Amino acid sequence: MLLHTVNKSPFERHSLQSCLRFAQAGSSILLLEDGIYAAIQGTQFQPLLQEALNDKKVYALLPDLQARGLPSEKIIEGITLVDYGDFVDLVASHSATQAWL
Amino acid sequence: MKFGILVNEGPYTHQASDSAYQFTKAALEKGHEIFRVFFYHDGVNNGTRLSVPPQDDRHITNRWSALAKEHQLDLVVCVAAAQRRGLLDANEAKRNGKDADNIADGFRISGLGQLIEAGIQADRLVVFGD
Repeated sequence: MLLHTVNKSPFERHSLQSCLRFAQAGSSILLLEDGIYAAIQGTQFQPLLQEALNDKKVYALLPDLQARGLPSEKIIEGITLVDYGDFVDLVASHSATQAWL
Repeated sequence: MKFGILVNEGPYTHQASDSAYQFTKAALEKGHEIFRVFFYHDGVNNGTRLSVPPQDDRHITNRWSALAKEHQLDLVVCVAAAQRRGLLDANEAKRNGKDADNIADGFRISGLGQLIEAGIQADRLVVFGD
């Protein structure tokens, strides 16, 4: 199964929407850099993320959350926070990584 | 596991080079092998030894050079992308009649075949860009 990475805010680009349109059930999505803004509760993208969580795993990179001054309590329930070591493990445990640039 | 890393964005632009560096460092700490880090498009600008960031800021190029030295990393800069952007080693400078070169320690200039080889030889290719 693929690991998808999204590194841009959904308020800036459509890479998250493109990713979610193509990502298959059982695959994983890692939000990093400005991509972590999609993981915040109460934005217009929350329903999209919640739908994705029904059949996919969603991760967000904690150091990028912290770098932007966002508290981890603001993250949508069901999204797993990870560090760079976990990022490496995610790449290793999936068959390939697709970066949605 | 063997990882290949592709960096498509220049330093101090958004965050691609920083993310690639942190990922590479974490992978090495976990005992993985980095087959190659390939710098393409504006990513070649990560390899200039003439950058002088403020002292309290991270030095992206020196950080790559230091990591390469410590772990014998293969840092490869795409030759065509580098020439367009004025990034030269001594050979390329001579060949093109330029009076200076600017490639940083630990980086080398080579062709796109090196990226293809990284894609084939590495177990995973991870792309960082903007």
